[in-house]
Amino acid sequence: MIERAFSRFASRAVKAGDIVIVEPDRVMSHDNTAFIIKKFKETGYSEVWNPEKIVIVFDHCVPARTPAHSQNHDEARRFVRDAGIRHFIDAGEGVSHQIMMERGFVLPGQLVLGADSHSTIYGALNAVGIPINRTEMAGIWATGEIWLKVPQSIRVAMSGALPAGVYAKDVFLNILKLLGGDGATYRCLEFAGPGVSGLSMSERMTLSNMAVEVGAKAGIMPFDDLTRDFLEGRTMASYEKIAASDQAEYERNIEIDLSQLQPQIACPHQVDNIRDLADVAGTPVSHGYLGSCTNGRIDDLRTAADILDGKRIAKGVRLVVYPASEEIRSVAIAEGILDRLARSGASIEASACGPCFGAVGATLGAGEVCISSSNRNFRGRMGSRDAEIYLSSPAVVAASCLTGKITDPREFMQ
Amino acid sequence: MRLEGLALKYEHADNVSTDEIWPGKYTYVQMNPEEMVGHAMEGFDPDFARKAAINSILIVGKNFGIGSSREQAAECIKYAGIQAIIGQSFARIFYRNAINIGLPVIEAPRLVDSINHGDRVVIDLESGLINIGDNVFEVSPFPAFVQDLLRHGGLINMLRRNR
Repeated sequence: MIERAFSRFASRAVKAGDIVIVEPDRVMSHDNTAFIIKKFKETGYSEVWNPEKIVIVFDHCVPARTPAHSQNHDEARRFVRDAGIRHFIDAGEGVSHQIMMERGFVLPGQLVLGADSHSTIYGALNAVGIPINRTEMAGIWATGEIWLKVPQSIRVAMSGALPAGVYAKDVFLNILKLLGGDGATYRCLEFAGPGVSGLSMSERMTLSNMAVEVGAKAGIMPFDDLTRDFLEGRTMASYEKIAASDQAEYERNIEIDLSQLQPQIACPHQVDNIRDLADVAGTPVSHGYLGSCTNGRIDDLRTAADILDGKRIAKGVRLVVYPASEEIRSVAIAEGILDRLARSGASIEASACGPCFGAVGATLGAGEVCISSSNRNFRGRMGSRDAEIYLSSPAVVAASCLTGKITDPREFMQ
Repeated sequence: MRLEGLALKYEHADNVSTDEIWPGKYTYVQMNPEEMVGHAMEGFDPDFARKAAINSILIVGKNFGIGSSREQAAECIKYAGIQAIIGQSFARIFYRNAINIGLPVIEAPRLVDSINHGDRVVIDLESGLINIGDNVFEVSPFPAFVQDLLRHGGLINMLRRNR
């Protein structure tokens, strides 16, 4: 599938290992835009190649916590105005990746590059989403081009359906257990098999989002009716899906029977330090984080509200909730979900992603233990080097905040 | 391009994350290179900058630079005086970050075991020949356009010169 996609991008037949120079369909940067502007100016180019293809969303330092953050935002706002960039989404409207997909900035078959490591998430919409860096983004702004190597592919075939209390997050944690944190470095994950059709768009986003955690360059889902339905009303543009050839060859095949999975958890301080939840159940927690580009969507909030179900979170535990976008926040308000979460003692925060990497919002002190629905648990990521982060599904976050210790959410489900 | 320096080797430096190389709290603060050196690898070895000023070829383990795409992770290492990194393997985004800012990163799993801290290392980027003390090793050289990028000191400089 990825070779076909790259052949389309490069307008010639290419195969894994080839290096191509391509023009992306869309590029995204966030609060790092001020840094990209600086590098862009150093190139000597005065105008961006195509303002229509550039999307800028503020989400990492939202609300701005320091004068430096505010200054970065202001520099970017001025640049956006001067460069004629129309697709600018200011602080508070949502997490960049969520905005990109909700607002039709990512379409099937496209090449979408983001100056953020979780840009693999665009694969959920059958697009090739690849993370790039600030210098590369500055280069694209200048010339419209980037060099990329066509990756090898690993096929992740899924069958069956997830049992109650087991979620997309558990599926990916299971993939991390199989592949390790570098098991797919420079590879494309291609999700496939009958199990995919039973996954919601939100669940697909969780899986494609975390593809980068096994080192992958992209994580692509097949196109189906659900993809088309999701895009209905979000875009007027036409698009051309990509599908795998029947004769496609893969470097590696892994198979996952969704119906056999149990809740998983990533233990400190590596994303691939995966255990069965049952092995660490009972570990005390002081902090819960529900949000991020991985798991801050409506079904995640709904699941958490159902588990909390009007009960108060444990004394000594803080729970922070970051709905991933205004759209999600609106639905959550309409359904009474935010109200229910707040009544259980959760702090409802901005549609932003600051806590995940410890720069803005709830940060961890020494000795604190966080149960998090986000994507990384490296030492020091959410604040102190001496804090611990466990990664799990939103259901485990909610259940653990109720009891004050890591808890199987199925204890709170009928 | 020929690089020469003493090895700064970290034993068992596997899966060193960009959160350790450049903590998230600094990621959205604009700093000049001198300021950046003061925080380089802060979450991994707070003494890194002092060591890098003397030993300028960094030797690491597998999957170095895992995690966030923050470019300062590669920049702070370069600004601290590191001329090249030799590792068992690198995380994809870190690898590209480094190349694009003109910091050669050499993936050589077996070579890492043959290098001791303090060894004199001479790297010839064109031929892929690496001298460790009196021994010569060979790695695959970078493709021509990557060599060109490195010669220019990174993508930004190359764009400026070729405009």
